[in-house]
Amino acid sequence: MISPNLRIAFRFLTAKKRAMIMSLACTVLGVGLFIVTQATTSGFEEFFTRTILGINGAIRIEDRIQETMTSMAAAGSDDFYIANREGVKYIEGVEEPQRIADAVREFPNVRGVSAVVRGNVQLTSAFKTEDAQVLGINLEDHVRVSRLAEQIVAGELENFRSATGGALVGRVLADRLQLTVGDSVSVAARGQARRLKVSAIFETGYREVDKTNLYVLLPEARSLLRRPSGASFLQISLHDPARAPLDARRMEEILKHGAKPWQEREKTWLDVFRALRISTGITVSVFTLIASLAMFNTLAMIVLEKTKDIAILRSMGYERRDITRIFLWQAGIVLAIGSVLGALFGWIVTWLVERVPLRITGIFKADHFLVVRDGDHYLAAIATAVVMVMVASLIPARRAARLEPGDIVRGTAQ
Amino acid sequence: MPSPFSLLPSPASGIALRCTGLHRYLGVGEGRVHVLKGVSFEARRGEVVAIVGPSGCGKSTLLYLLGLLDQPDDGQIEINGAVMSNSDDAARTAARGAHIGFVFQFHFLMLEFSALENVMMPMRKLGRLAPDAMKARAHALLESVGLGAKTHRLGTQLSGGEQQRVAVARALANEPAILLADEPTGNLDAKNSALVFDLLTRLAKEQGQAVVLVTHNPEIAQRCDFTRAMRDGVFV
Repeated sequence: MISPNLRIAFRFLTAKKRAMIMSLACTVLGVGLFIVTQATTSGFEEFFTRTILGINGAIRIEDRIQETMTSMAAAGSDDFYIANREGVKYIEGVEEPQRIADAVREFPNVRGVSAVVRGNVQLTSAFKTEDAQVLGINLEDHVRVSRLAEQIVAGELENFRSATGGALVGRVLADRLQLTVGDSVSVAARGQARRLKVSAIFETGYREVDKTNLYVLLPEARSLLRRPSGASFLQISLHDPARAPLDARRMEEILKHGAKPWQEREKTWLDVFRALRISTGITVSVFTLIASLAMFNTLAMIVLEKTKDIAILRSMGYERRDITRIFLWQAGIVLAIGSVLGALFGWIVTWLVERVPLRITGIFKADHFLVVRDGDHYLAAIATAVVMVMVASLIPARRAARLEPGDIVRGTAQ
Repeated sequence: MPSPFSLLPSPASGIALRCTGLHRYLGVGEGRVHVLKGVSFEARRGEVVAIVGPSGCGKSTLLYLLGLLDQPDDGQIEINGAVMSNSDDAARTAARGAHIGFVFQFHFLMLEFSALENVMMPMRKLGRLAPDAMKARAHALLESVGLGAKTHRLGTQLSGGEQQRVAVARALANEPAILLADEPTGNLDAKNSALVFDLLTRLAKEQGQAVVLVTHNPEIAQRCDFTRAMRDGVFV
């Protein structure tokens, strides 16, 4: 059976159609636009995260930690001290990449590990010379920790795998050197130069990477950079990238190597996205605030117009809390309808926004608005509306409940 | 047709309502007025009592106090033998719902609701009857006030006399022991006044209710079982 209070609330509300529609419209806008802004900001953030995970993996192990109270010289001419904190030294590079990689694979969340040798080189084409960064990889390992296979925009990865002296060149770098697949390029490092053939061109969408990076097979890089052993870093991919900070901390403790999760590595950009998400959330909450004010106004009007009805109800045995509930039910009805319509409106606008063409390059590459449909956005939008509208409704509801029926029928109610 | 009403159990004394030494002040500061000055009164089941007197003598104030819509500054009110004057709002509200029916001068129907829904409203709050039984009783009450054919009309679609008859039916919905009416015919023409008064008294007599009505109409007052005249906050 429908509660008598709900029944009365519904009739009171439908008697004030125009005011109710105003409150409802603001609630729909508040909920809907909250969903849209969260969907778009999260969409760009998620795409950025996917991009950087696809380039650099979830965790990078770069430095060996040496616990000592005295200074020690690190082995190898390339290595040097990069930090010294409370008796701990970070020595750049991984001396025994195979042993560390095997240990890393024991972590249940680890999906793949790739040892990478990195060095600075100069690339010279028939057109010009550019500085670049060469990355020596084992292709099988590296495609498990990156999206390199999906990032090929010209040529075939298979050519790189099978041919010696092959290179994968970033798209921007290739453009600058006017290189195409099959072209030959001179690579110079540490006083030696050799010719490599462009097997394929990749594009990650992250301009800095596409402008500087050049992949070669690991033996080629070792030879070129005169680094017969060790690795510059280990790139690790995880089944659940969200757990990267936890896994990185455990890796540091167990492996005695510095491990940096992607959340720490990309903290600046992630903070920017978070700030953007919060600021847009606050901005569109203005609609919800207007909805709550409209609801306050509607209920305040109903309280004024229905004082006699309140007196009748009180004379019939309706308690003060019944009166409060009748008014809160009105807010509840508007919220329920507003939330459903707002969620639908948000979903539709999100769907439309996703189709808006928008060319973005820089930290990622996209040709349309990026959105994420997340149930949490819908819940957050509705929760914001519920809190704001219900708080605003409490004031007129309590005022209605405080009215004395004797004062109303005597005509002296304030 | 069987009567829709069941006779209420009558206490040995037959007194449904009693007040003793009621005082009530209204207003604040210099505007504070001593409206009721130690009023005592009682009403028995099956009796119709009229309270008459000039405007401002305190008739309506007394009625609202008796109906527990207001609280006295001093004195005692008993409803069916229970002292209610010092009880809290929840107890007074519950007593209103269970024992008291009101008919106001300006009908006070809830206009967004049909006649049937208006009559069912006190029953829905009290929750003593099943929904079907509530509906049947509301139909029977509206039938008894001559509005059986207009049960589904909204308050706005009824004339003043019809609205007041719906108000009478609504006041009787929970079989209250006491029926309080504040100028129930004050806003009606002579024909409708007579009709509403007849209804009130007939139905109250049938159910053995104590009816207290405030009126300016001497013809109505004369037709009551007793008439109590008030002046300057006291019975004379």
